[in-house]
This record gives sequence, C-alpha cells and structure tokens, in this order.
Amino acid sequence: MATTDQLIICEHCDCVYEKVTLAKHQKTLCTRCGGVLQRYNGLTLQQRLALTFTALVLWIFANFFPVMSISLKGLKNSATLWDSVIALSLGPITFIAMVAAIAMIIAPIFQLLLLIWVLSFALARQRAPGFRFCMRWLETLRPWSMLEVCLLGAMVAVIKLAGLLDVLPGIGLFALAILSLMMIRIAGRDIRELWDVL
Amino acid sequence: MTTPPVASELGLCLCHTCGLACDVTDNPHECERCGASLHRRKTNALARTWAYLFAALAFYVPANLLPVMNTKMVGAGADSTIMSGVLEFWEAGAWDIALIIFIASIAVPGIKFVALTLLLVTVQRDSDWARKERSKLYRFVEVIGYWSMLDVIVVALVASLVKFQALADIEPRPGILFFGLVVVFTMLSAMSFDPRLIWDNTPNQPHNEEVTDEAPSH
Repeated sequence: MATTDQLIICEHCDCVYEKVTLAKHQKTLCTRCGGVLQRYNGLTLQQRLALTFTALVLWIFANFFPVMSISLKGLKNSATLWDSVIALSLGPITFIAMVAAIAMIIAPIFQLLLLIWVLSFALARQRAPGFRFCMRWLETLRPWSMLEVCLLGAMVAVIKLAGLLDVLPGIGLFALAILSLMMIRIAGRDIRELWDVL
Repeated sequence: MTTPPVASELGLCLCHTCGLACDVTDNPHECERCGASLHRRKTNALARTWAYLFAALAFYVPANLLPVMNTKMVGAGADSTIMSGVLEFWEAGAWDIALIIFIASIAVPGIKFVALTLLLVTVQRDSDWARKERSKLYRFVEVIGYWSMLDVIVVALVASLVKFQALADIEPRPGILFFGLVVVFTMLSAMSFDPRLIWDNTPNQPHNEEVTDEAPSH
C-alpha cells in the first residue's frame, strides 16, 4: 500500500483513490458517488498572492466607496456596505446585522488577510507562524463569505429603487463585482494544496 | 466496474479540514497534519441535522408572514412581505427580477427543507434507493445554500439609502430577522449532515485490498 499522503478519500462517500497528476481543465470524479475528487489548479503561489493583493485593494474600494447613490427631488443620498449593516442594526433586529456584517465584510477581509499571511511565507518555502490555525480558519470562513450573493443583492436593489427614484451605481458596486469573482478563484478549496507543498 | 475500497476497510479516515487521509489504526483523536479533531462520521449528524432543520422550519413561518420592510412615501406607510415584493415586481412587468427573488427567497429554502428531509429519512431507513442521485442532491443543497441571503442584503441596502425624512423613508421590519435565521439554520443543517451516511451499509461490498487508480479524467 502506498503512503497515506498519496491517497485521496472522497468526502462524499469515503472511497479511497490514489492521487493523479492533472493537466489543464481536467478533474477527477469519484466512480461511486460522482463527487469531485481533484480539480486542476493553474495558479502558482506568486500569481495567487498577486491576485490576493489585488482583491485587498478591491475590498477597500468596495467598502469605503458608495455601492450606489440615489436622488429624489434634489435630495441626494449614498450608501456603502457598512451603512447597510448599520441600517439593519437599528431597532430590534440587531442580530441579523451581525450575520450580514460577517457575510459581506468581515469574512472576506479575514480570508484575504489570512491568505496574504500564509502565501507570503509560502513564497519563501516555509510555513507561516500559526499556519495550522490560519488554514483551519480559511476552511471555516469559506461558507460564510457571501460576496457573490451580496453582488446580486446590490443589483436587485438598484433595479428595485430605479422604479421609485434616480439610481446611480457607485465605484463600490463595480469593485464588489470584480472582488466577488476573484474570491471564487483565490479562496477556493484548492488552497489545501499548500499542505502538500510546504 | 468494481467499487474502489472504502476508507474504513483500509484503516483510514478523512480529515475534513486539510483533506489528509489519516491512518487511524491506533485511534488518534487529531489529524497529525493540521490538528483538527478526527471523526469517522460527523458527530450526531442525524440528530443535529433534524434539530437545525426544525428550527429553520419554525422561523420560516414568521419569515414569510411578517413584513420585511416598511416603505413610507410622503407620509403614507406600507408594510411589505417577501411575497408582496415578488408580486410587485411581477405586476410591474419585471418578471425576471420577480423570478430571481422568488427563487432565492421562497423556492431555495423550500427545496432545502424537502431535500434534507428526504436525505434524512432515506438514511435512517438504510435505503439503497438512488444513492448516487442522493449524493448529487446533497451537493446541490450545499451549492444553493447561501443564495437566500439575497433578500436580507436587498433590504439592508434599500433601507440605508432611502432616508429622506418626511419625503421617503424605508425601514427594515422583523420579518427580515426571521428570514436571515432561516438561512443560517438551513446552512447549519446542511453542514451537520454527513453525506457518507448515504453510502454506509452498502450491500456486497467487494473487499479488494489493493488501491487501484480508478479516477477517470475528463
């Protein structure tokens, strides 16, 4: 029997396979349940780190610039993501503001900071201090980071308000659009490969 | 096609955090690589999934009955629920937006309730019906998971923008809290379920000791 780090276990049905090297656009599927076992990952460490820094800049734009602004009879108003969290927190429903803050702002920024920390050390071929801790948090945060939902929500809000008053999408919305796509690429499951290379 | 060997037959256990195949012949409690605790199956998977599912179901009622936001235009205020928001778009001719909100807010939680109940009941009955399809169903539930947060974000953004005192004012209402709770609890429910339970007690499992490379490449 091969050593265990050459093995891969299907997380959906517990079947055991040997790892294979994949070429571009290839993935391996479990023969029993059809779940994805491995997926080709074309990003080098340098590329991933560069994209993470780009995403960090976009996160700053998405959070400090208004997502959209509206005007009604000469009155103007604009809102950032943080403003929308504040709007939820007023009144008896504060709990949902916390969920929204985690999903839209906190989880993504922690993912980005942890990635930068881990990847910077990985460039020098060493494990960052607290590597285990960081990798575990990256796994925990992933399902709660909902930027792509946030993007769709912002677009629905634009259309919803366009019927009532004048709406202008802001810089924040465009930053959010690109950021949500980048997060899918850089913070996905494939960061687990760091365990194998370090 | 022969079934590949199963982890337990080889004395292995998958670490859910780092994906390592851990050797569990001498019963370690933690993954040697990442330190996360090891479970052959998720702890109390069925009871936890049921519990979160019932909690979500209980919140689903006020989420749909209570108003999610209040729109005040020149003094006259009106509450709106999720469904009335959908109908408003539909009547205004924006059927595409109406459909997006309907799918994300009403259909997705509904599908999750039905799918998770189906998975739980079939697992408890040790059913060998459509195992592969049930695995796919579980993965589908995981993917659609968080899209129901859509309405929470829409209400938050709209409420933060429309603040023109007497002229126009939109405020969130408690319905959105229950709605958010439905999303959180259905997500927790899906996370607690262990899809490997679907494949336990598979009849006449071949006991081949050799690890064969069966992964097809596409």
